[in-house]
Amino acid sequence: MEITRQQLGTGSREEFRSRQLLARQMLSGELDGPELDQYVEERVLTTTLDKAARWALSNAMFPATFGLACCAIEMMSIVGARVDVARFGFEAFRASPRQADLLILSGRVSIKMAPVVRRIYEQMLEPKWAIAMGACSSSMGVFNNYAIVPADKFMPVDVHVPGCPPRPEALMHGILKLRTMIQKRPDLDWRTRYGGRGTEEFVESELQVDPAAAHTIGVPGGTARGTTNA
Amino acid sequence: MPDATGLELIAQEVREAHDGAVLDTTFFRERASLLVEPDSVPEVLEHLRGKGYRFLASVHGLDYFPEEPRLGVHYELLDMSAVDRITVKTRVPTEDPHLPSVTPAWPTANHQEREVYDMFGVIFEGHPDLRRILMPEDYEGHPQRRDFPIGGEAILFTYNEPQLPGWWE
Repeated sequence: MEITRQQLGTGSREEFRSRQLLARQMLSGELDGPELDQYVEERVLTTTLDKAARWALSNAMFPATFGLACCAIEMMSIVGARVDVARFGFEAFRASPRQADLLILSGRVSIKMAPVVRRIYEQMLEPKWAIAMGACSSSMGVFNNYAIVPADKFMPVDVHVPGCPPRPEALMHGILKLRTMIQKRPDLDWRTRYGGRGTEEFVESELQVDPAAAHTIGVPGGTARGTTNA
Repeated sequence: MPDATGLELIAQEVREAHDGAVLDTTFFRERASLLVEPDSVPEVLEHLRGKGYRFLASVHGLDYFPEEPRLGVHYELLDMSAVDRITVKTRVPTEDPHLPSVTPAWPTANHQEREVYDMFGVIFEGHPDLRRILMPEDYEGHPQRRDFPIGGEAILFTYNEPQLPGWWE
């Protein structure tokens, strides 16, 4: 959704005064007819609820506080003053995966760490996204040996940010790419995005939730609508 | 460091106390080291402790491939009052990599012996809890051995791929 800003009127003092009077009339209900139509056209923006929800979603991501290696230092610096990611609403790093909706894999993932990372990703609530930051988590980089595993092998990754480590600006660029992606892709849960439906693993005896309901997203236009049932 | 003469004196003393324990001595770049029989490592370390080397600074393994016996374990000892170091080395073959553990006498060796076991497959007899420490528990093989494949992924921009085809295998 594109929002452009433009100045109302010419900006002169008289113009401002007349608009102020118009607004006062509007609030007291004295405005009607073509004047009311014009007033509404100037100030009201129409969109679909779906688009508005996705716009809000894409501009208020909570990344999980999860640093793996040296890239984490660069990841920390994106919330600093120089490249202030708070401008895009990404600055609230959450200490719990339950509250986060973005996992930034900042560093190398060893084969011993991979199950832990995967579990953290599973614990995050839908809709959720993941960024593989740096060479190690994308293609193993300089640690291309027996101990490291690329992130694509064990979890879905939405954006790869190259670099060793990437500069904070590069990570910011990746975050903005992800933002564009969230705004454009309507299918929000990761199994739908990457064709993973039907690969859910449940313990049959402990199954209390309808697997279809596990994908329920409380956003209009989400892929699976419905209520969670016990 | 003991100088070359000092090392020979220590070696002679250990030889007298433990018959056949010391196989060789090396004095290279101011570093003194004793090569000892695998089974006599605890006695030699205990003897050196009596001489003032009270701190076991490091236990580490290495692979001498293709020399035989291939695997080596080094014990770095430090005399903190005299600021004096000595290295005790031992060699075990890959077919039978058994070595008595020094953990009962030197508790600091616990994790370091586990690491040597994890990376090189040296089995320390008498270790209280000999498990893998760095690699996952279900990992197969000992990755720091020279004949272990490097592993990793073949990626598009591997610059030396033409020179080393299939290096990851």
